[in-house]
Amino acid sequence: MIEFFTTTNLGIALLILGQSLLIVVPLLVALAFLLWGDRKVWAAVQLRKGPNVVGAFGLLQSFADFVKYILKEIVIPDGADRFVFLLAPMITFVLAMMAWAVIPFNEGWVLADINVAILFVFAVSSLEVYGVIMGGWASNSKYPFLGALRSAAQMISYEVSLGLIIIGIIISTGSMNFGDIVMAQEGPGGALNWYWIPHFPMVFLFLISSMAETNRPPFDLPEAESELVAGYQVEYSSTPFLLYMIGEYVAIVLMCALISILFFGGWLSPVAAIPDSIFWLLGKIVFFFFIFAMTKAIVPRYRYDQLMRIGWKVFLPMSLAWVVLVAFFAQYGAFWGTYARWAVGGG
Amino acid sequence: MDELLRNYLPLVIFLGLAIALGLVFIVAAAVLAVRNPDPEKNSAYECGFNAFDDARMKFDVRFYLVAILFIIFDLEIAFLFPWAVAFKDVGLIGFWSMMVFLAVLTIGFAYEWKKGALEWE
Amino acid sequence: MSVADFAFYAFGFIILVSGLMTVASKNPVHSVLWLIATFLGATGLFVLLGAEFLAMLLMIVYVGAVAVLFLFVVMMLDVDFATLKGGLAEYLPIGLLIGVILLMELGMIFGVWQFADGAEAARAAITPNIGEIHNTAALGQIIFDDYILIFQLSGLILLVAMIGAIVLTMRHRPNIKRQNVVAQMHRDPAKAMELKDIKPGQGL
Repeated sequence: MIEFFTTTNLGIALLILGQSLLIVVPLLVALAFLLWGDRKVWAAVQLRKGPNVVGAFGLLQSFADFVKYILKEIVIPDGADRFVFLLAPMITFVLAMMAWAVIPFNEGWVLADINVAILFVFAVSSLEVYGVIMGGWASNSKYPFLGALRSAAQMISYEVSLGLIIIGIIISTGSMNFGDIVMAQEGPGGALNWYWIPHFPMVFLFLISSMAETNRPPFDLPEAESELVAGYQVEYSSTPFLLYMIGEYVAIVLMCALISILFFGGWLSPVAAIPDSIFWLLGKIVFFFFIFAMTKAIVPRYRYDQLMRIGWKVFLPMSLAWVVLVAFFAQYGAFWGTYARWAVGGG
Repeated sequence: MDELLRNYLPLVIFLGLAIALGLVFIVAAAVLAVRNPDPEKNSAYECGFNAFDDARMKFDVRFYLVAILFIIFDLEIAFLFPWAVAFKDVGLIGFWSMMVFLAVLTIGFAYEWKKGALEWE
Repeated sequence: MSVADFAFYAFGFIILVSGLMTVASKNPVHSVLWLIATFLGATGLFVLLGAEFLAMLLMIVYVGAVAVLFLFVVMMLDVDFATLKGGLAEYLPIGLLIGVILLMELGMIFGVWQFADGAEAARAAITPNIGEIHNTAALGQIIFDDYILIFQLSGLILLVAMIGAIVLTMRHRPNIKRQNVVAQMHRDPAKAMELKDIKPGQGL
């Protein structure tokens, strides 16, 4: 029986399909509750109750919303390019899901253990701009078009600094595999051994850039309702809109997972005495999601020229300077080799 | 099966699964939901006014400039990736050659800054 | 047919069909989208060859950056492509001629190409063993050291591209209020306003 799953082609394919379902289904279910949590956090900040009708504490609210989306009519505007109009939310959704295929959940628990995992995530997130541009263009309506343009310029601007921050981590590790990056952070110091200390300023840069990259407040300019109504999503309804929303939230959770893996040791436990497990990673993801939710609740929206200024004039030079600094530290062995942990990755 | 392909096969299957799931969502709404289009509902949303122009208009050349600058920095990052992975093997020559490369691009970046290409107006 | 063969034909089919559609599409935006599909097919072929790094780079640089620029240009130019397509019959002979010449050149290259005796060995001498180290690291080991001149020249080309783009597209519009952030942050009440003590009934 086991041989069937490890040797025959069909068996291997079935095994992988099962593993994929093991990622996708819990991810979507968890997303439903994270969405609920998101709304509860804003409600608490604004002294409201938030969703509290469907199920105990409103826990089933997201499932009710899901049913409602499915029962709504798909409205396609007259001038729209029908195929591209429906393709755009699909692209956003599929790309957001794809990146999860290379995320490790525990030592060796990874669906596709490719050597260029970081590069793959970077590539997939650089493609996400298409969902937005195509949606805005296909709608043939002014607000979506303007929103899509803005969003595209915003996403590509912040991608540069995300890439440079990742380079710093790779210099320290010498590998692009997530497993190697996590294992390079292991040590007797527990949490003190993780990359958040040596790469400290980049934690904040990464967090803020990932908010801009996922069009999350305070950088949700593409959908700034006071100016653009809802940006590229204006003409979308029913499940196409749902796909956009799921895609957006999956991308946000992915960014939380990336921060946990790159800077906070992934599945490693903060205290050496407690064993490492997947629950540490999940806990870290939920914690960073909470930070995302709090930021949305607390921080006012940026103006577009300020947003571009921060991206190009502050984040880009800072992350570039950091790459050079890390390279010097690693080359000349500063700080007792904290910046050069190549024993694990091994290129 | 080749070890490398065995590592990439999950990506293809995962892609298929994600596409299938997305299609199921769209088809479910298309089948289950009412379809009751009328001209007002299907017209482009412009806060209640009738659309008086084609939405796909010309826009500021600045977006184009941002895209070009992005390509250039993206290529720079593309060079940095192999350098970072092979960091311990590239030696001093490799290290300094990348520093010179970055310095050249920093000159370009300073020029951009001075010219005001990074300013949004 | 093994899995790898099947994948090769599948990706090849994707590339051919979407390449054809890139040329044949009536709508320029659709052309760009088909072009992206072509790039993605090529990514698959790179992976099949074991060139993982190049595959991802193709996705990041060509699909994630260059095609975005294409889309911007196509959306921005707002050219009436229907009239452009009208010139098809006019340019068809020249296009065909160029195509035939290219095909002949390719045939000549494959027919008469000869390697120098030492070429194979010279190339193998500087190429790291792909079986031992990963392909990104292998690239990294030779680009920055053995091919330093080409690497630095590419840096200069990027610099020229950057300057060129700015020279060609920068238009500073006058009469626009700009925000000077540094000045704004270093403002303080003492410099910004002056307090006057006005006695009742007197005015300034």
